Parts: sequence; C-alpha cells; structure tokens
Amino acid sequence: MTNELPPGLAIQKVDERIMTLNVGPQHPGSGHMRIIVQIDGDYIVACDPDPGYVHRGEEKMAEYRNYITNIPHLERPVIHDSCNVLYPYVLGVEELLGIEVPERAKYVRVICSELNRCIYIMYWLAIYGIFLGHSTMFMWPAGDRELLIDLMEKISGARVTHAHFVPGGVRNDLPPNFEEVCLRQVNYFEKRIKEYAAVFYDNPILISRTENTGVLSREDAIRLGTTGSVLRASGVDYDLRIKEPYDVYEELDVHSPVMKEGDSYARSKIPWLDMLESCNIIKQALQKMPKSGSVRVKLKPNPKGKGFDSVYKRVESGRGSLGCHIVSDGKVEPYRLKLSVPSFRNLIALPYLLKGEKLGNMPSVYWSLNYWPVEADR
Amino acid sequence: MSVIAPDFKLSGFIKSLIDDIVWAVLIMSLIGLPAIMMILFFIPMPVIDGELLTPFLAFTYLADPSRTLPIVQAFMETDMFKIMAFPGFGFAALIAAGTIFVERKMLAKLQLRVGPFYCGKVEGILQLMGDGLKLISKEIIIPAKADKPIFWAAPVLFVASAAAFVALIPVAPGWVVADVDMGLLAVFAVIGFFPIVTILSAWSANSKFPFIGGIRALFQMVSFEIPLILSLLGVVMVTGTLNLSEIAASQSSFPWILFLPVGAIVFFITMLAELERIPFDLPEAESEIVAGWLTELSGMMYGLVQLGTYLKLYAFAALFVVLFLGGWNGPMIVPPLPMEIATHGMEMGPITLKIGGLEPLLTQLITQEMLNGTLMFVLKTVGVIFFILLPRGVFPRIRVDMLLNLGWHKLIGLAFVNIFIALGLVYAGVLGPGGLQ
Repeated sequence: MTNELPPGLAIQKVDERIMTLNVGPQHPGSGHMRIIVQIDGDYIVACDPDPGYVHRGEEKMAEYRNYITNIPHLERPVIHDSCNVLYPYVLGVEELLGIEVPERAKYVRVICSELNRCIYIMYWLAIYGIFLGHSTMFMWPAGDRELLIDLMEKISGARVTHAHFVPGGVRNDLPPNFEEVCLRQVNYFEKRIKEYAAVFYDNPILISRTENTGVLSREDAIRLGTTGSVLRASGVDYDLRIKEPYDVYEELDVHSPVMKEGDSYARSKIPWLDMLESCNIIKQALQKMPKSGSVRVKLKPNPKGKGFDSVYKRVESGRGSLGCHIVSDGKVEPYRLKLSVPSFRNLIALPYLLKGEKLGNMPSVYWSLNYWPVEADR
Repeated sequence: MSVIAPDFKLSGFIKSLIDDIVWAVLIMSLIGLPAIMMILFFIPMPVIDGELLTPFLAFTYLADPSRTLPIVQAFMETDMFKIMAFPGFGFAALIAAGTIFVERKMLAKLQLRVGPFYCGKVEGILQLMGDGLKLISKEIIIPAKADKPIFWAAPVLFVASAAAFVALIPVAPGWVVADVDMGLLAVFAVIGFFPIVTILSAWSANSKFPFIGGIRALFQMVSFEIPLILSLLGVVMVTGTLNLSEIAASQSSFPWILFLPVGAIVFFITMLAELERIPFDLPEAESEIVAGWLTELSGMMYGLVQLGTYLKLYAFAALFVVLFLGGWNGPMIVPPLPMEIATHGMEMGPITLKIGGLEPLLTQLITQEMLNGTLMFVLKTVGVIFFILLPRGVFPRIRVDMLLNLGWHKLIGLAFVNIFIALGLVYAGVLGPGGLQ
C-alpha cells in the first residue's frame, strides 16, 4: 500500500457494534495527542495512539546551532524535567571535549537533577489525580511543587526552564546559605508527600480502581522496551543511576524502588516512591558536597584536529532512561543529534495494555505509563 | 469599520438621561395609564374590608401598612406564593446558590487554595452571579445533526423535574407546595423522570461522548433507584403513611435514623449516585468522556442543567432530613414573637403606633413554630448537603462495573436488612401503632 491514509482517516470495515472514539487532541484526558479507541460497549477492542501533534524538530534545530546555544532549546521537550533532559547532552559534549568536571559541580548537578525529578513527578501526579477524578490530588502536588521550584529558582534564576547545566559544569555556583534552605524545604516536602498516602495511595476506591488493570508482565515489559518507572513496576530492577552511574551517583547510596505487580497501581506508586528516594539522595548529596570550589571549567573554543566522533550518553530521567547521541564533525554545530526519549518507549506499551480493558480504565492506564506527549514528539 | 467608543461627556449623558425620562413619562401618561384604567374597568375588583378596591385606594395601600399587611397575608396564602417563593422554587434556588458557593469555598480550603475571591469584594460572594451572567451571555450552539426540539427541551425538562421534586418537600408544618397523601410515591415518580430526561438529552445531541454519558447515567440511575426505594420502605412501615408531612410530624420525639441507621446509610449512598456526585460522577467523567451527557450543551442550556442539578441536590438532602432526621422538629430556639406590639401597639412617647393587619399575620402565618421549624429544617438540610459535598475532596471516581456491583449486590441486600429491622421493630411493638410513637 503506497497511498495509505494516516490512522483515523482510513475507512475501516468494522463490526456495527464497534464505535470509534477519537480521544484527543481536544480532550481533557488525552494530553497533546490523540488516542483512537475502538470500543464494544464498555470494552476497548483496539487502541491506536497517535502522537505527533507537538513535533518541534528539536533534533534538526540542534544541527543549526552551536553547542552552547543548543542548551536552552534542548530542554524544551519536558520543561518540568529540564535538567534531566539536558543531562545526557551535557555529559556527551564533555566526553567529546574530553574535559573533567569539578567535584562540586557534579554534586550540584545531582541535586538539581533530583529536584527536577521531584518537580516533574509532582506535575505528573497532579494530572494522574485529576484523571482519576480526585481533584484534591490535583491541587496538592501542584501547590507543593512550589517548594522545589523556589529552590531551583534560587539556584538558577528561572522557575521551570533552568538552562543551568553547561558543558564543563553548571552555570552558576549555589547561592550562599543554600544548604540549610534546601535541607529545610526538602524535609518539609518529604513530610508532605508522605501525607499523600492517606488521601491517595491508601484510598480503597483508588486501589480497587487501579489494581489488576493494565497488567504488564515482566517479559512484556522487557520485550516492548519500556523504561523507568514502567519497567520497575513490572519487577525489573533497572535504574541507570545504579547500573551505569554517571557523575557522583556511585558515591551516593541509591535504592531504586521496584514493585512486582505491573498494574497501573504499581506504575502510579513507583514515581511516588522515587520522590522519597530523591529526597534521600538530595540529603546525602548536600552532606557529601565539597563546601567550596570551582563549579565550571573554562571551555577551549572549537577543539581542532578532531574529525568525526560520536558519543552516546544516557541518564535516568523522571520517566526512564533518556539517551542523547551526538555526532560531531569538528565544527561548532553538532553534525547530528538524536534524543532517545523514554516517553516514546513507554507509549509503545499502551495498545497492549488497553486491549480488553474497560473504557473507564483508559485514563488511569494511559497516564500511569509516565508519558509526556511533548517529549515523545521532540 | 471598527466601532470606537465615543468620548464620554457628562452633559451628553445627562441629556440622554432626561430624554429617556421624558419619553417614559410621556408614554406612561398617554398610553400606559389609560390602558391600566381600561383594564381595571373590565376586571371585577375585590372588596377588601368593605371597600371596593379602586386604583386610588391601591395607591393609599402603599403608604398604610395596616391596609398592606392583609394583602400580603392574602398573597402568602395563595399557591402562587408557595410555588414561587417560600417552600418552593425561590427558597430552593437560594439554598442551591448557597450550596454552590459553600462547595467552592470549602473545596478550596480543603485543597489549600483560596477559591473565588475577587468578585463581590467579600470572599468572592458574587462569583455565582458573575458565572450566571457569563452563561446567559454566551452563544447557544446546537450540533448540526442534533434532534433540535428534544435537545432544546431537555434542560427545561430537567429543571422542571427538579422543581417538581422540590414542590413535594414539607419545610415547616403546613408549609408545603403539594401536600399529597401519596407523597413518597410521588417522589419516586419524579425521580423516575431524571433518567428519561438525561437519555433524551444525550441521544438527541447525536454525538458520541454524550451518548456514552447518557447510557452511563441511565445505568446508574436505574440501578440505584431500586435500593433507593427499598431503603425508604422501612420508614413507611414504621410510620404507616406515605405523606411526607405526616412522616416528618411523626418524628417529634426522635428521628428515625436512630432506629433505621442501615436504611439511612443506604439512602445516603444511593442519593450520591442519583445526584451524580463524586465518587459516582461517571456520567460526567471528565477524563474519560469529556463532560458526559453535558458535552454538547452550551450557554444557558448548561446553566439550566446545573440549576436543576443543585435543586435536585437540595431536594434529596431535604428528603433525607424529612425521612430520617425529623424534618422541622427540634428544640425551640426562636424567641417568642412580640405579640403585645401586634395587639396593643407600640408606645412611642405620647403616641401609640398600632398596625392593624399584624396580629392575624403573626398568629396565622408567620408563627413561632413556623420560624423555628424552618430554621431547624434549614440547619439540618445544610448539614446533610455538607456531607454530600465532602466526598468530592477525598475520593476518586469509581468505575461502571464497581458501581453496578455496589448497587445490585450490596445496597439492595442492605436495604432488605433495613426492611427486616423495621418489620421487627413494628412486630415487637417498639414502634408503630401502640408503640413508642
């Protein structure tokens, strides 16, 4: 078939009982994408996720900008997790240049990365709450995010898109008196998110709604190539902070949460446990961080004599392993830049999970995949 | 050509104002007054206190309270007043408006936000009015393939059904719009209308999401009507009547919730489901089916459905109060009315002010019992409404299969348990004829 119509436009011969619903892009429960759902009564018989509504050509754009001006736009795919999106790019450029980052900068990066992970997960959790009709769980995380956003504002000066990581370290040193403020805020934040269990994770209605729905077995999770919280909810202990530690993660005591069930309850609980673990990591990093020192090495402009070179770096972002492949031809712009994003990998599992589920489970299963539409489209 | 507002001039404004007044006076005196006179000429005027009511006499009533009060009293005794104002629509709409405001503020406090704040200076008290004005001023968009007459009629029918439900609620002794002997049966009949209106609206919109929402609403309302009716049978057994006023009067010593707690719990849960409140808001599940059967409604059609929903909420809460919490019965906290002023007049120095029509008004209509009963009723209803609103801040939405399982398996069983408790109480002689009551 050469002139095949895009999904949703093609005329399909289906049973008269089956109704095709276009969930999105103008739908409160879809995000910036469309899910074409075919339902028979209350049961979903087929599901076809159709991303691409917010494609911005980040990868092509990166080929026309030099390595420094790539920083502000490469964090756009997930502005709530902007440090983690930028992390593999910065690590890759550093490896291409062959520079060593100061110790203090590495700790600052880890702190920023974990703070951003919490900020992203809080936003994700807010939307998960409203997808299940729990309006309190929408407002509480959206409000408590402010604590950490204020911290990031103190560090970088911006509330969401920080552009704080640069090749060779971080842009600025921490503000004075930051350690005490950060410890206080993070302690309060930890206490606060533990309260969510009473109203959300231990809620009997939530448990009965999400338990045993959209079960992804361990084998399927590996076969479909899912990452991050989806993979760890299916019982695979795979966390890049432990398996391929970057910066100073090997000096810190990281315990990544793993659950065996693989249903949407487990997938929704893993990010919450991740947040608690992040608080733990931040506290450790604040303790072990060198109290003074440089946070940025000066870059040599355009290292000559290097031909084609490529590097692939990946980090554990709020959604899973996020990779960045940079091909350099020795110029000031990258020859090719490829982002390998966890959202798109996790979305692949959606048609498998939704088949045979009830329509009422669609929002909870869809959003439990820890999926961010803008990141999947780049 | 774009329209530019002309510069404001005070003289021009006053001139236009005077122009309007002159025209109004001219039209009133040339056309209005003769028309009123001609109408009054053909209408037989009533005789009040031995005097024929003429237009000139009617003007004197405005200044003389002793002549106005009998008219007020006569108006308050009409069915029109009962339907429009006190136990009927106006009273219910007032409580419904208060409910919306309290719901928004309470939910906001629960979720660590402020809620409506700016509209109306004091804690956003005029926000509802602003929302209403916005809804009225919005364009009503009808889907091209909709079945237009039914689609137009459905919101009106919804409000009408809710108002019919409100009409059956006794607020104070004697204060009920429709005091029918089959009151509870009439309530069941009115509740039976809501799924029909819902599915009519959903189907006539000819759209997918309203259709799914309408089917869900139908499922939900039909499957919860049975436990609803069964849970109220216990009260009917112990009182031996279907008249809501008599049921409320029979609880002068103690409310039935003390003896029939199971029925009250079942009724409360079914009430939440009938009202489509969280956790049973499946027909309007936002993240699944946009706004359910309300998706295609726009402007004031949506506003009418919301009005009907909150009238229904008031009516259900009031029904709970009448059946289980003792209706208007309660401790007398309203102080006795100043009857000596009505009978002997008020001494103001050398003169004694005596208003003629006050005494019959205070003895026949606005009595101490009526005021106290209304106060008790309103307090209890507001309390029940508060408990209806509260789950919205705590629970997520449940699923259709869980809902049907709850309705058909658990609640019907519990309702039968309640019926057996009531039967036991009647046969043991605790309640019913010859018992405590």
